[in-house]
Amino acid sequence: MAPEGNRNGTFQRTIAALVLDRPGVLARIAGLFRRRGFNIASLAVGRSERPGLSRMTFVVEGPEEVVRHVAAQLDRLIDVVEVRDITEQNIVWRELALIKVKANAGERGEILELANIFRVNVIDIGVESLTMEISGGRQKIDSLIELLRKFGLEEVIRTGRVATLRGTLIEGEKDGLFQSDASRSTYTLPTPTDESGAV
Amino acid sequence: MSRHLTGSQIVCEALLKEGVSVIFGIPGGAILPLYGVLSQYPDLRHILVRHEQGAAHAADGYARSTGTVGVAFATSGPGSTNLITGLATAMMDSVPMVAITGQVGRAAIGTDAFQETDITGATMPVTKHNYLVMRADDLGRTVHEAFHIARTGRPGPVLIDIPKDVFIEMGNYDPDEPIDLPGYKVPGKADEAQVDAAAKLINESERPVILAGHGVVLSRSFDELREFAEKAQIPVITTLLGISSFPENHVLSTGFPGMHGMAYASLALDQADLIINFGSRFDDRIVGDAKRFSVGSKKIHVDIDPAEINKMITVEAPVVGNIKDVFGQLIPKVNKTTHVEWLQHIEHLKAEHPSLRIPETDRLMGQHVVKALSDVTKGQAIITTGVGQHQMWAAQHYQFTNANSWLSSGGLGTMGYEVPSAIGAQVGNPDRLVWSICGDGGFQMTLMELATAVENNLPVKYAILNNNHLGMITQWQAMFYEGDYQAETYTGNPDFVKLAEAYGIKGLRATTQDELEGVIREANAHDGPVVIDFVIEKVDDVYPMIPAGQSVEELIEDPN
Repeated sequence: MAPEGNRNGTFQRTIAALVLDRPGVLARIAGLFRRRGFNIASLAVGRSERPGLSRMTFVVEGPEEVVRHVAAQLDRLIDVVEVRDITEQNIVWRELALIKVKANAGERGEILELANIFRVNVIDIGVESLTMEISGGRQKIDSLIELLRKFGLEEVIRTGRVATLRGTLIEGEKDGLFQSDASRSTYTLPTPTDESGAV
Repeated sequence: MSRHLTGSQIVCEALLKEGVSVIFGIPGGAILPLYGVLSQYPDLRHILVRHEQGAAHAADGYARSTGTVGVAFATSGPGSTNLITGLATAMMDSVPMVAITGQVGRAAIGTDAFQETDITGATMPVTKHNYLVMRADDLGRTVHEAFHIARTGRPGPVLIDIPKDVFIEMGNYDPDEPIDLPGYKVPGKADEAQVDAAAKLINESERPVILAGHGVVLSRSFDELREFAEKAQIPVITTLLGISSFPENHVLSTGFPGMHGMAYASLALDQADLIINFGSRFDDRIVGDAKRFSVGSKKIHVDIDPAEINKMITVEAPVVGNIKDVFGQLIPKVNKTTHVEWLQHIEHLKAEHPSLRIPETDRLMGQHVVKALSDVTKGQAIITTGVGQHQMWAAQHYQFTNANSWLSSGGLGTMGYEVPSAIGAQVGNPDRLVWSICGDGGFQMTLMELATAVENNLPVKYAILNNNHLGMITQWQAMFYEGDYQAETYTGNPDFVKLAEAYGIKGLRATTQDELEGVIREANAHDGPVVIDFVIEKVDDVYPMIPAGQSVEELIEDPN
């Protein structure tokens, strides 16, 4: 897939990194992002299958000419063992969200029906609310959140994207339940600015 | 074979194994255990400085001038924070350094203890890597990793922070323990396809120029650069930090470009059909407006750091590798040729745009001083500078004939670099003549290190281009702030000759052009440090100039 633009005219890239599981690694990466002007849209970290190493998946936002250097800059960090910009590769990704939504007795049936359609798990039911767990692509989660909004969202907690390369050479379809993304065609390149900031 | 030693002993043993013979530093509470064992290691010469910034710049000057890793010691808290300017200077210019700092004891870390600073946190942006070592057992491997990281790949400063009780703790040191850096890659030879692509562009080019950056100096590729340039008869433009990578009396030498570079160098870059960049990061002082930088040329960028490729300027042919290795790959593939028309054009540019005019006046100008220094020393001295007008005049008017003789803070632009870096260069090169060309502003930022020169009888010659002004500030306020001069004049400068004498240093003064040669010869003949107060014309501007963010179209050659 191509680099994604968002509403602000900035671009997103998905970066997968294997890093040493050492104190301070996250601070080094966060510091690098801050001083190079990369914004982290999401970040997921966890131990990897290799002892002593963690995997990180970043979604980074910023002007295209800035964010295309993210992987190269990350690779300069001594604690980063391997880094891949997988934005344009054949990847599968997921994120997880916990959504707590207001649910009185009258509306509970409709909400549970939605949960069923989206194949999500309801993990807690209270008198006034219920909490569901959804995993999938960004659009799937966004869609569910939009549909639940009218009932009253109490809390939305999202993990950020985790991604891996597909194990097949066949070009995968875009991930997630809902394939359409009409807004994509309106993505625009950031306007070049003459302000170099030079002193 | 593993030995059981104190943390301090492990550090010293590991330093010796890395070939360290000189350390610049100042003790303090948290690092005292390390100083406590120095008497056991007489081969580690400790040079006591007066301020930790001086330790860092001296280590930097030592590293640049010798090509080895410079070492600095400082204590926790203010000792370590005083290093930061020096670390940032080294980081921006890719200078190999290892700084060892004491830290408060492990139990006190995080409690806001006396003289506690999170120096690993504070120095993350200004070091290539840093460590906080919490076990004596890890010290040996960490020191060896730090040196490996500092000197290989794109060099840079590495800081090792060691809590006081870890210096005292007993630990095992195995000098043969392998370093463990799975995430660290050191580029060597470049991909052959990249070299082929570059060679093809070079062989097809009619108007090529070489842009030789600090990478040529850092990789000590002086002979290779010359062989390459001579084989294909390509003019050599050096960057500010590439100065002295190519003899300036060579017919192919074409100056340095950019903000205050020679007009003919900037014009040659602009008119070339191919720029072959060896180890320059296309700094904004060269590029100016990136969209208008040499739009008619293709570019080859040879760099050891892949992150520099396409960072400022998009290039047709990136070549990632160690410059010395790349020269070895590239030279056999480049055709022996002449480029007669292009070289004639370059000569024409040099004649039409001489760029190094010295104002015709009876008064003493900064350019006169540098020109006289260059003539008397035959371009063979090691020159260190601060930052500002004197730095640009030094870069313009000193004609370097010796490789690796120019030490200047190019990236960070650190005023005050000139005084301690000269000390480091002299320690590393006891048989060479070291001149520090200073501004009166920068000199006063680090002049306390004169005492270090005295104590160690280092015969550094300090040439203060004294105009009682922050000259470059004056120039910018005149040009860009409608002559609204603010905080640019020094009305309380000391008598620098008396100051020198107060330190027990020979102090000289020159106020006219006629005195120049005499005082320079007198300084050279003196076996010890010398400070010369060159009282130069109050206000003079550096030209040529391309204002920040502009292009060669806005080049001001000489408004007078």
